[in-house]
Amino acid sequence: MSDTATLSPTSGIGSGKGQANGGRPALPTGETNYHFVTSPEGSVIDVDKFNLWYGSAQALYDISLSFQKGLVTALIGPSGCGKSTLLRSLNRMNDLIDNLSIDGNVTIGGHDIYGPGVDVIALRKRMGMVFQKPNPFAMSIYDNVVYPLRVDGISDRRVLDETCERALRGSALWDEVKDRLKESALGMSGGQQQRLCIARAIASDPEVLLMDEPCSALDPIATAKIEELIDELRGHYTMIIVTHNMQQAGRVSDNTAFMYLGRLIEYGKTETIFTAPQVPQTRDYVTGRFG
Amino acid sequence: MTATVEKDTIRSEAKPRSVRKYSADISAMGEPFLWGLGGALAFGIILIVGFLALIFWNGFTTFWPKPIEVVTITDGTRVAGEPFRSEQYRPGPEILSGLTDDQRAEIVADEGFVGRTLYRTGNYDVTGEDFRWVSNFQVTDRAYPKDFFFFERQEWGAFVGTIASIDLNGRKLSLEELTLPGLEAEQEAARDRFDEVHHIERTDIGNVNHEINELRLDLRRAALRHGEGSPEYQELQQSNEARIAELQKDYLALANQARAIKEEDRKYRITLQTVNGEEKEIAISQIVRFYAANDLSFFEKVGVYLSRWGEFVSEEPREANTEGGILPAIFGTVVMTMLMVIIVAPFGVITALYLREYAKQGRLVTIVRISVNNLAGVPSIVYGVFGVGFFAYMLGGSIDALFYPERLPSPTFGTGGILWSALTLALLTVPVVIVATEEALSAVPRSMREGSLACGASKWQTIKWIVLPRAMPGVMTGLILAMARGAGEVAPLMLIGVVKLAPELPIDGFFPYVHLERSFMHLGFHIFDVGFQSRNSEAGKPMVFVTTLLLIGLIVLMNSSAIYVRNRLKKKFAGSQF
Ligand SMILES: Nc1ncnc2c1ncn2[C@@H]1O[C@H](COP(=O)(O)OP(=O)(O)OP(=O)(O)O)[C@@H](O)[C@H]1O
Ligand SMILES: [Mg+2]
Repeated sequence: MSDTATLSPTSGIGSGKGQANGGRPALPTGETNYHFVTSPEGSVIDVDKFNLWYGSAQALYDISLSFQKGLVTALIGPSGCGKSTLLRSLNRMNDLIDNLSIDGNVTIGGHDIYGPGVDVIALRKRMGMVFQKPNPFAMSIYDNVVYPLRVDGISDRRVLDETCERALRGSALWDEVKDRLKESALGMSGGQQQRLCIARAIASDPEVLLMDEPCSALDPIATAKIEELIDELRGHYTMIIVTHNMQQAGRVSDNTAFMYLGRLIEYGKTETIFTAPQVPQTRDYVTGRFG
Repeated sequence: MTATVEKDTIRSEAKPRSVRKYSADISAMGEPFLWGLGGALAFGIILIVGFLALIFWNGFTTFWPKPIEVVTITDGTRVAGEPFRSEQYRPGPEILSGLTDDQRAEIVADEGFVGRTLYRTGNYDVTGEDFRWVSNFQVTDRAYPKDFFFFERQEWGAFVGTIASIDLNGRKLSLEELTLPGLEAEQEAARDRFDEVHHIERTDIGNVNHEINELRLDLRRAALRHGEGSPEYQELQQSNEARIAELQKDYLALANQARAIKEEDRKYRITLQTVNGEEKEIAISQIVRFYAANDLSFFEKVGVYLSRWGEFVSEEPREANTEGGILPAIFGTVVMTMLMVIIVAPFGVITALYLREYAKQGRLVTIVRISVNNLAGVPSIVYGVFGVGFFAYMLGGSIDALFYPERLPSPTFGTGGILWSALTLALLTVPVVIVATEEALSAVPRSMREGSLACGASKWQTIKWIVLPRAMPGVMTGLILAMARGAGEVAPLMLIGVVKLAPELPIDGFFPYVHLERSFMHLGFHIFDVGFQSRNSEAGKPMVFVTTLLLIGLIVLMNSSAIYVRNRLKKKFAGSQF
């Protein structure tokens, strides 16, 4: 993985402390803590007063937050609080669900993704997504990794080969599979499959990487590898990671958002959230005293 | 170390374990239900196994050469034939009154029942019957003479009798002089001549006729297009006439050649004699197969058996389908079924794809789905009626008017044919494919679709690369079911293209090689025809079983190849658990 990032992993931290909203227009305060780390390049995705209903059941209430470019943001919160829903709203994965209605805005690079005439496919191409459960396709390892390129109609062997190697190196899988690229991906272990899915997600070099509990099905060693990977990718991609593992959130993320019952309770620098949360619910949750 | 020692001592000192016995109320264990279910299963299996055993037994034994029994009857005449089957019957008073006291006493002792045997006597041309019942009390003597032969003839069916004399181009010989191997060699030579004539008449003269016919049609086409007075027509007429004259010369030459062979063939003759002394002289080439039924070693019997099977699967039928082979029916069944699968697969899959993937799941889709499922319950003959009305008369009629005006009024596509049959059966089986495909599509995990969509794939790309390959084994299951149903279906085909005897196969050497408009023969219809429609239903019965056996074998073969493909597809998706 070439280190061509324009952003050093810690560049935003420190400067961000106490510098609310990174110079952006003021967001609603209330009980929300907005002392998050900002990136010099500003935010990539802005969620503004976003509400979402599954049928008549509201799953997200007035979510407003901005994901900073090149940083890792962790989404934490008890089960069913809407983390996946929020994540899937960012690349419009929820379109697959019938009877879904939304209110509010999500903008990426300033463009409303729910606006009229938005090319959903182009939008999804700007984001890679890793799911809670590894979902490799029933193809060879190679074909899995280059799938996003094939989708784009790229068939130049050289480009595909290069991409495959780069992505697999990026997901720390290259050494394990370089001799069996033509074998079925279904013959890999669960941890390898998950890293393969990460490779697939970064193959088309997206701007944003969305990860929904990527380590929930993995053993500690595979988990450590993926955390290492996230650390390496920091700066190249904007990453949003949903996790139930507090230590993991603490280790890998720059900012953390705590959600509860469909609401964003607190959003701020990870260190702050874990050591000095402003909201009692956050404190209870991160210290494990949650009822 | 000490620990192990301790353990060992404990084990050796332990008393032998007593197995605890326990029981529960039968109903608590669900036993009555289990018995019920087991009984139902056993009943079903017995039915299926019995049915298959019947077909297999009859199918496999039909071609085995049976001995010829010569029985002498009380009135002094003799009957020679293969014992075909036996049964008990209760003779009427008019028969009883003609019997002796001894015979009557015997019948009374058997509570009025008498055994009788049906003999396959053959010799229809001499005696006017193929089969004859002989009651046990009529029999005064039974013999198995070694000089009786069973002849299968090109015409008139079987002949059972002895060989009186042989005439080889004027040289009169008895069987002893020629010897049996000598006669066999003569018969083979005669069959070769027969086949040669057949080849000249069917293939060579057929080719000439085909070309002449094409030329005539060309001319009619020109007449319809340009008018009879046009210069194009005149020109074509002249060139065609020249060519036709040439072809007619060819035809004459071929016909002469065939006639010469036939004349030569007529000089090799054999005189056969029935058990009662009537003689019948035929050309040796008329004998398809003959054997001394009571003088066969086991291996010779196997030889006759195999040669009959060989003829059955590779020859055309003769004698109103009751003899000869059924190659055209096998061919027609396979081609029609393949054609049906080729048609039904895309239709079913596209419909299911639309219903499951694209249509908005609402009331309309539900109604469509219910209708599709109910279509499977419509009597198949209704499909036949629809096929004739819509496909043959409407579609076919329009095709004829547009593309084959020169052949009218005789229809080309405007009548039953293999294409319309395949389409009708496709219609009949499409619900099965739709249901199976929908099931398979809905069983594709959502995570797979999401994975693909998250990569920026469009819906169609996702379906093409992820969903469809994954659903393919399910689609194959649907096709297998459709194939089995379609291959065994007869009723609609009787209306739309199946015939008793098709002069030409749907695929042959004449351009365009595949003739979808032709009518064809079908094993299922063949069974119906031979078993229930022929003059001689007794002779047809064994053929019913053999043909059924063959049809089942064919379906099993087609299905198992499809299942093989499906399992290979399935293997691709195996191992996705971890
Ligand atoms: N497809 C759906 N249809 C209806 N309701 C849904 C659907 N998906 C999620 N929900 C509801 O939305 C709420 C938020 O679900 P979501 O999956 O976002 O939770 P989560 O925070 O990701 O939980 P977890 O940590 O268990 O994954 C839940 O109450 C859930 O029942
Ligand atoms: Mg979730």
